[in-house]
Amino acid sequence: MVSNFGFGALVITLVVSIYGIFAAVYGARKNSLAWVESARKAMLLTFPLITLVALSIIFLLVNGDYQVQYVYNVTSSTMPMYLKVTALWGGQAGSLIFWSWLLASFASAVTLRKWQRDREFLPWVIVVSLVTLVFFVGMSIFFENPFVRFWQTAGGSEAVAMFQPAGATPLVPFDGRGLNPLLRHPGMVIHPPMLYLGFVSFVIPFAFAIAALITGRTDDRWIRVTRRWALVAWLFLSLGLVLGSRWAYDVLGWGGYWAWDPVEIAAFMPWLSGTAFLHSVMIQEKRGLFKRWNMVLIILTYSLVIFGTFLTRSGVLSSVHAFSQSAIGPLFFGYIGVTFAISLALLLQRWNVLRSEGEMHSLLSREALFLLNNLLFMGILVVCFWGVLFPLISELFTGQKVTVGPPFYERSTGPLFAGLLLLMGVAPLSAWGHSTVKTLGKAMWKPFLVSLAIPILAYVLGVRHFAALLAFWLCAFVAFITLYEYYRGVAARMRRSEENVFTALWNLAGRNRRRYGGYIIHIGVVLMALGIIGIELFQTETQGTIPPGGQMALGDYNITFDKLDIFDTADGRNVARAVVSVERDGKYLGQLYPRRDYYYDSQQPMTIPGVRSTMEDDLYVLLVDWEPISSTGVTFKIYHNPLVNWLWFGGFVFIFGTLVASWPDKDPETVRIRSTKRKLSPSEAQSAD
Amino acid sequence: MALTESSVKPAPRNRTKFFIGGLLIIAAIVYLIFTSTQASAQYFLTVDELNQKGVDVNGREIRVSGAVIGDTIQYDAQNLKLTFEVAHVPGDNAVIEAQGGLAEVLHQAVIDPTRSRIKVEYNGVMPDLLRNEAQAIMTGRMNENGVFVAQELLLKCPTKYEEAVPEQAEGG
Repeated sequence: MVSNFGFGALVITLVVSIYGIFAAVYGARKNSLAWVESARKAMLLTFPLITLVALSIIFLLVNGDYQVQYVYNVTSSTMPMYLKVTALWGGQAGSLIFWSWLLASFASAVTLRKWQRDREFLPWVIVVSLVTLVFFVGMSIFFENPFVRFWQTAGGSEAVAMFQPAGATPLVPFDGRGLNPLLRHPGMVIHPPMLYLGFVSFVIPFAFAIAALITGRTDDRWIRVTRRWALVAWLFLSLGLVLGSRWAYDVLGWGGYWAWDPVEIAAFMPWLSGTAFLHSVMIQEKRGLFKRWNMVLIILTYSLVIFGTFLTRSGVLSSVHAFSQSAIGPLFFGYIGVTFAISLALLLQRWNVLRSEGEMHSLLSREALFLLNNLLFMGILVVCFWGVLFPLISELFTGQKVTVGPPFYERSTGPLFAGLLLLMGVAPLSAWGHSTVKTLGKAMWKPFLVSLAIPILAYVLGVRHFAALLAFWLCAFVAFITLYEYYRGVAARMRRSEENVFTALWNLAGRNRRRYGGYIIHIGVVLMALGIIGIELFQTETQGTIPPGGQMALGDYNITFDKLDIFDTADGRNVARAVVSVERDGKYLGQLYPRRDYYYDSQQPMTIPGVRSTMEDDLYVLLVDWEPISSTGVTFKIYHNPLVNWLWFGGFVFIFGTLVASWPDKDPETVRIRSTKRKLSPSEAQSAD
Repeated sequence: MALTESSVKPAPRNRTKFFIGGLLIIAAIVYLIFTSTQASAQYFLTVDELNQKGVDVNGREIRVSGAVIGDTIQYDAQNLKLTFEVAHVPGDNAVIEAQGGLAEVLHQAVIDPTRSRIKVEYNGVMPDLLRNEAQAIMTGRMNENGVFVAQELLLKCPTKYEEAVPEQAEGG
């Protein structure tokens, strides 16, 4: 019943969306407001329709209707309620519906805004959103239908079909197989929606870009309208990536947070092009440069978003390596290819109109450094792309399948990331239009001198690793420059308007949120870099088997194995839980409980580390194996991860900065007028002092 | 619109400067990619190919994939030493699909005693997914005894999440 209802709503969504596309195109061509209005209604109607589809799936999941294949695959009777609901995105078919739902809600929200100033964009924004929606809904209907059910045919065999085959009876399994245990983690419950929110939000700036190309209105209006969308998209994508890393660290049990797996890279690539885009649009706004390049970036980001959805759709683990086995692979690639080609064709058509309004003069000007930033981000993107495609390329040319692993990515992106870090320090000090070594040097010699203290201090404390000393210096340099910028801004305000420190800080950031929010983001990146340096360059590990009462040492730490409990839980797990005491330099610090959960329904074990986490370091203990009865002992693996907590802390700062930068202004119109004024006098836009 | 910038005519020297700068950066990126690829490329071989090449590949970093034979798994938890054998499976996804999907191919590989096999040695924690008819994707080197010493071990169990029809079911 509910399945049929949900499927029906899905089909109606498709029909309504296709109608909306035609109405919008016709309305735009004939300049008919009535048709465009009709298309807008169609767009708005998709939202309640897909909401019904999603609610139907959730209803089936919560009620445990195991005749439905999707429900059977991702839930079981022992799962708690919140996991049953969130199993909506626990598998591929449900993820696609979830994606469509997000898209319908965002696109509907956009059509509800005031359009007086850019009426001509509306039909094309609807077209782009609906074409994307039709692709995903069509994929759900024809290839990944979440409502297909099990049937027992008259001949006694089993079948999977949407509708009851002639003479068949429903086949209802006793219980479902349950969500992959690795995905039953709070981090994993919110990680996919965050990534998807980020992915889907990037569709909106893309839709406006395409609308600008089609209508020929190629000023920076589309960028101004979608600036906040792009920032929000980026915010969610960043959140998704950080949460994903945290989940890997907490659950996957290999002591790391990032493995350069194709799935991770697929989520990382739109972030890279999106980051380049966010920086580069500022140059178009301030100086009228890079108009074509911004179009290229947003088109690329859209393609990468679709690509990322395809690679990450089915949850991280089932797609660890071979991902081309699904029938929907070629369709996804076909869609990406076609939309990419059409977008580029539109761009070429407007190529001459999108000429830059000026030219760059100085290699050290702000815009030149932003260009360099874009080059580096693109460089990292190319590295990722090359790494993913290299096996295919080499097979094509040599017949030999050759792959590259994490060392490839680390080696080739390391210097690029370091370059970006350095730019983060230098670029905010350079001026729009013109800077020289002298002006830059004058602005940065103080923070530079202070930053030298950090690697010297590290050296004194015993760090001899050259790359690490260099990286510490870079982090300190960027942090001090950024703080110095804040200090100068605040001091100027305090002098000028006689404000106290806090009011000055508040007003400074409030008046130019993007700039000072951006600085907070930069500080966040520096802190994250500290964590990455710590775990990448200074991680140590040991493993061994010890009897009860036995001890193992790693660095200053000493762990004692106290006992092991094995018990069953109410939610269908068998848990082996070790208790270990941790000492450092002979001082007792507390107990850790590394454990191994065995899930009966999916017959899969899961290793959960016991972690003692401080800002200085993490002690990460894994329960590897144990002898059931005899007391020969228990095997532990221990990692010492210095500074890794800064990665998560930096993540918070980063997200906070993005929130500051994207916080809505009270009155969008006054902001618009102010920024137009700024445009006329770039020197005024320069800085607060 | 842009009053200040267009009033200054760009000198030709200007373009050259940016052109050279850009080229240098791009060259650096290409160089990084090229050298890193060379330094960390791993040959992806099937068990058949590995057995044929024999001595050729001694000491070179290889990536190999095979079907885990459950009976051969031995784990010394004291020393964290894991040994098992894998049987040949085709390396091409299209071939795997043609033979009935990954689960079926892995099953056939394990029950067929004529398939070529290699011994694998791995030092470390026994992965949760290591079991009969799992696909093991391993990175490592062949040693002089013809044993593949894996440094990295990835496992996939396709049966679990892709199998369409449940085993346990009631009619009606």
